[in-house]
Amino acid sequence: MHEMSLCEGVLQVLESEARKQGFARVRQVWLEIGQLAGVEIEAMRFCFDAVMKGSLADQARLNILETPGEAWCMLCAKTVPVRERFDACPDCGSHQLQVTSGDRMRIKELEVE
Amino acid sequence: MMCTVCGCGEGETRIEGQEPAHEHAHDHAHDHGHHHHDHHLGHGNDPQHHDYGQGPAHAHAPGMSQARMVQIEQDILGKNDAYARANRQRFAADGMLVLNLVSSPGSGKTSLLTATLEALKEEMPLAVIEGDQQTRNDAERIRATGVPALQINTGKGCHLDAHQVGHAVDRLAPEPGSLLFIENVGNLVCPAAFDLGEAHKIAILSVTEGEDKPVKYPDMFAAADLMLISKIDLLPHLDFDLERCIDYALQINPGIQILSLSAKTGEGMDDWLHWLRLARQSRLIGLRSRVPASAGESA
Repeated sequence: MHEMSLCEGVLQVLESEARKQGFARVRQVWLEIGQLAGVEIEAMRFCFDAVMKGSLADQARLNILETPGEAWCMLCAKTVPVRERFDACPDCGSHQLQVTSGDRMRIKELEVE
Repeated sequence: MMCTVCGCGEGETRIEGQEPAHEHAHDHAHDHGHHHHDHHLGHGNDPQHHDYGQGPAHAHAPGMSQARMVQIEQDILGKNDAYARANRQRFAADGMLVLNLVSSPGSGKTSLLTATLEALKEEMPLAVIEGDQQTRNDAERIRATGVPALQINTGKGCHLDAHQVGHAVDRLAPEPGSLLFIENVGNLVCPAAFDLGEAHKIAILSVTEGEDKPVKYPDMFAAADLMLISKIDLLPHLDFDLERCIDYALQINPGIQILSLSAKTGEGMDDWLHWLRLARQSRLIGLRSRVPASAGESA
């Protein structure tokens, strides 16, 4: 979806953390992106380089940890893996699923100097 | 109020043709280029940034740098969510019902909205925030109904964010108990992720689009509480399968409410207006039942 905006969001966090934690450059960024977060990883990488250009994270390396999608199936009463938001339960075929994991986007960690 | 940590001036947002009203003394001079990220696509040679050094790959020799790890653990959209929370708190304190209308371009959002405003304007205070990449045409169409409206032009931005909305509400200053519609940029993708502080997202899908839009753009239909299927006066001329569309939407979001209507013929409009009245009533009841502690809250 809007990977450009997301990268701008990342940059804003980097800039405010740089002021708070006193660093001048960011060398590596670790993002956690859920498979259900609607983010195209390749687009994210492309935008990341473009957005970081000329910033404190110019040429920083982007590491992406993908977290698998999980949902609670109300009929089976258990957690099941899902690959898309509209997947059916792999066991019973129901769509009564509540996504419980893999829909978040977080900045985990930075290597800075 | 909400701007103490604000990163204003990002990109090309204009509220009715003006730059955000306030300058930020806390932004250092060398920061200024950062807020125009879009411009860096394709030409990254902003002379203001050369001080950060080129060729950092070579500067990374072991033992040469003071590299360290920093734990951050922050949501990427955390800043937007913080603004959205502040908006929501303010809307609740003022007993305002705020609805975020999302759709593809050309779904007839603005026509539906003007018909809705005409029907309700004698009954309750109304206000509209219009989001578009360019032009003030939509806000002008809304103002022609006599309802106050403010246009936000997002420039290259593909969605409204909570910070822009906070500023727009400052300017519009809707009276307490208002029904405020936010007409988001025509886009079924990006606005799904950006909470504006609204009570409900309402997805509008016209029958001139494919009935499979809910499964093509699942995030939006998962985020919406109500789906309006619009332009149903055109159904006889189209292959649009209404039942199938509803099934798809329920598959994505079993809790979504669905109404079908036509702003042109008025069919289905009564249910929609009734839904709006009830939703607003619940906000007012919530407002009245509260001890007036809201005065002490600060966003």
